[in-house]
Amino acid sequence: MRTIEPWVTEPLERFLQESQARLVLLTTSSGQVVAQHGFSRSLDVMAASSLGAGIMASTGAIADLMGSSGFGTIVHEGTRQSLILAAIDTPRGRWLGLVVFGRETTVGLVQLFWNVLARELLARMPATVNAPPKRAETFERDLDASLRSLFGR
Amino acid sequence: MKPNFEGALEQLTRVRGVRGAVVVDAQDGIALAGALRDGEDGDALAALAGAVMMRLVRGSDAAGLGPARLVYLRGDDGLLCAAPFGGTLLIAVLADRSANLGLVRLALLDAVGGLAA
Repeated sequence: MRTIEPWVTEPLERFLQESQARLVLLTTSSGQVVAQHGFSRSLDVMAASSLGAGIMASTGAIADLMGSSGFGTIVHEGTRQSLILAAIDTPRGRWLGLVVFGRETTVGLVQLFWNVLARELLARMPATVNAPPKRAETFERDLDASLRSLFGR
Repeated sequence: MKPNFEGALEQLTRVRGVRGAVVVDAQDGIALAGALRDGEDGDALAALAGAVMMRLVRGSDAAGLGPARLVYLRGDDGLLCAAPFGGTLLIAVLADRSANLGLVRLALLDAVGGLAA
């Protein structure tokens, strides 16, 4: 596992152990990668991060059209692997989680432990952070900077 | 015809000491129906009971015991009973530690028998 913010490591490791998920990617909504597990190439993280943010944005737009306040979680069930995209609203803005899991676990278990992880992250999140506010326009730059930190390129 | 999950669950919750019961799709660990006391988490019960049951069913089959008909776990604060039916479905029952296991077992097997019929 690789994390930009060390306080995330322990709850995320516990989530991985309990949920038996294969891949996890935790990002801010502006594209900064907070932590990842299971990805071996920065290119994959970049693609997954961008696609995840895009899916959440487009389903948010659908929710607007439906007059709903938004979708907190999106589940895609595949035949061999499935995917959960979930948002956590934090004092530092919205974080997005992308979790890939196989048939060794279930969508119910992954969702259950994701909810536990979300509560733990909110409880442990440092109150202040000395970083400028993130904007959609800086998505690519933020993503690239966090990938350099994670993969050392 | 839609199975009468609610009727089966209501019968189970009439047993003294039962805190709730859920019908679970064990493959997904998701509750299809539930009857629970206030404060009981049906989604958590469904996810955990589904995971435990699927593993035990596979394990008992692999050990040559045949498919499991009923599983129960007794903890310090309660009792969890689960029984599969209809392929990948199961009923999970959460009860107080003081509940009569024999009565819970009987009601559970009755409920899954009725739904499987």
